[in-house]
Amino acid sequence: QLSTALSNCFKCDLHRLEEGPPVKAELTREQGLQYYRTMQTVRRMELKADQLYKQKIIRGFCHLYDGQEACAAGIEAAINPSDHLITAYRAHGYTYTRGVSVKEILAELTGRRGGVAKGKGGSMHMYAPHFYGGNGIVGAQVPLGAGIALACQYQGNNQVCVTLYGDGAANQGQLFESYNMAALWKLPCIFICENNKYGMGTSVERAAASTDYYKRGDFIPGLRVDGMDVLCVREAAQFAADHCRAGKGPIIMELQTYRYHGHSMSDPGVSYRTREEIQEVRSKSDPISMLKERMLSHNMASVEEFKEIDIEIRKQVEDATQFATSDPEPPLEELCNHIFSNNP
Amino acid sequence: SAVAITGCACSRTKTQRRHAAHFTFQPDPVPSQYGPTQKMNLFQSITSALDNTLASDPTAVIFGEDVAFGGVFRCTVGLRDKYGKDRVFNTPLCEQGIVGFGIGVAVAGATAIAEIQFADYIFPAFDQIVNEAAKYRYRSGNMFDCGNLTIRAPWGCVGHGSLYHSQSPEAFFAHCPGLKVVIPRSPIQAKGLLLSCIADKNPCIFFEPKILYRAAVEQVPEDPYTIPLSQAEVLQEGSDVTLVAWGTQIHVLKEVASMAQEKLGVSCEVIDLQTILPWDIETVCKSVVKTGRLLISHEAPVTGGFASEISSTVQEECFLNLEAPISRVCGYDTPFPHIFEPFYIPDKWKCFEAIKKMINY
Repeated sequence: QLSTALSNCFKCDLHRLEEGPPVKAELTREQGLQYYRTMQTVRRMELKADQLYKQKIIRGFCHLYDGQEACAAGIEAAINPSDHLITAYRAHGYTYTRGVSVKEILAELTGRRGGVAKGKGGSMHMYAPHFYGGNGIVGAQVPLGAGIALACQYQGNNQVCVTLYGDGAANQGQLFESYNMAALWKLPCIFICENNKYGMGTSVERAAASTDYYKRGDFIPGLRVDGMDVLCVREAAQFAADHCRAGKGPIIMELQTYRYHGHSMSDPGVSYRTREEIQEVRSKSDPISMLKERMLSHNMASVEEFKEIDIEIRKQVEDATQFATSDPEPPLEELCNHIFSNNP
Repeated sequence: SAVAITGCACSRTKTQRRHAAHFTFQPDPVPSQYGPTQKMNLFQSITSALDNTLASDPTAVIFGEDVAFGGVFRCTVGLRDKYGKDRVFNTPLCEQGIVGFGIGVAVAGATAIAEIQFADYIFPAFDQIVNEAAKYRYRSGNMFDCGNLTIRAPWGCVGHGSLYHSQSPEAFFAHCPGLKVVIPRSPIQAKGLLLSCIADKNPCIFFEPKILYRAAVEQVPEDPYTIPLSQAEVLQEGSDVTLVAWGTQIHVLKEVASMAQEKLGVSCEVIDLQTILPWDIETVCKSVVKTGRLLISHEAPVTGGFASEISSTVQEECFLNLEAPISRVCGYDTPFPHIFEPFYIPDKWKCFEAIKKMINY
């Protein structure tokens, strides 16, 4: 099957931008299968985490990303591994797209020494080269992201920093401080608001005087994008990265997305929204189904191929689970390790 | 497919299961002097205090993240329905804004009760608390003050909270003249102390031990009553060692006192400090003069923790009475760990060891 040009990205809403990302996106078969694989891996990994949490093998706080996979997959498709990314606590998807294996992610959730943070960080604190976590305090990662962008500019390495936050964090004061600094100094910072409509149990209408999150940077140009369509996300992120790399300064992207789970594993997620609403999104806008249908209808892959990928992923996640449940916990010496630098 | 956990050939099945709580809540006897009582847990006793306040003080308002539906720990359940949405309302996610706004409300003459969802999140508001709230009266020569402000926040370890849902930040605020900092050990104490904080004409921070919200149940008076601030309470008298703590740790020390009596024949005097700032120096010193030995215990890290302040003052006041160096059994100087929590907290075994050392000094 050959590559196919697809014209189905909706026009994005624009703020202080003459033009936005192209409305046509090209998807090759290889790309399509790769995005499918990425999103399906994240989906199955998160569902496994749900299962392990209910079995009390994962403890503490756990915020799952299923439903939002197109955001992580689309962004990663548009940036380079040498670019930088920082996000909040719903971070397992980004940990994976930034290069950490499912094995190391699950082992970190179960608190084992094979976890990506040696078992000391847990769900909210996973890191990788050029991926700065994983942050528990709402909004605190945004000034950090602006700072990383400053470092990119200072070092002249043509890299950008993708700084993610949610609709709840959008009302934190430190974001506006970051917007001001980034715009003043034309930092290559892509601010991305993953608007999944609810900050914990508070709907966006009840929390924000303006829910046009892509406009909240005021003097910073912005665009609002369908976050359930991996191609739209990719094209928009590509556009944003080009904008920053051209030295035009920061840009804000709002991704309209949805989480199937509640805020965390302690939130059933149905006291502030209806089961019908969740079901509607699942049936009409699921990012993985949408990509699969699109590829099938364009004859870019077969049903059997997708099934094979699913089976492979299932095995991968099972193997990772086996590791995550049998690896030993970190030794007690680690309790007092890494407070300060180890060189006296 | 479910993972077969029982088939797992691990010698660590013991550690995989979380330990039971490191303390047993010990309820106080039913108070008889405040009228009819009702069975309440800690969050219910807080609700009761807030209910009494909204009923008697028409200027009182409660605000914070998610307080409207009842709060993430259910401390404000039913209050919005009873008193209206202009008196019990949600704020957006902005701690600095919440406290700053609260200071304004208080200065203008209304009783402001602000909730910070977890004490771990209080730091964006640190500037407002320390630089604005604490200094308002002083800098205006008493023309203005925000004594009408009370800030409530869940506090302390909870078994699985890790770095950002377990902190005990009282020491940061103890360093700030102009503030009062109060921590209850139980539902009866919580209601009385919270009502005192609300009535107190100074900005107060009221930390609520979250691990006790459900675990602590007592017969709590329905009517309002106050327990005085800055008065430490001697919970049990003893002659050999003075034990000082606050909040959850009191229940650990009560058990340690029994262990010391049983296994060492050592008689311990247990003191609940209750108010961290300004703290009751007299009661603690009077006790140390009697016993000659002092152990202070808290979950917060030992360096710069409030035990260091108590220790320093006591050695100044009671130097010649001391039979042994003052002992501090506290959290280690690390962030509050995820996987290592059972090793981190100052449990009864560590406290017991410290007593043994002091007795044998």
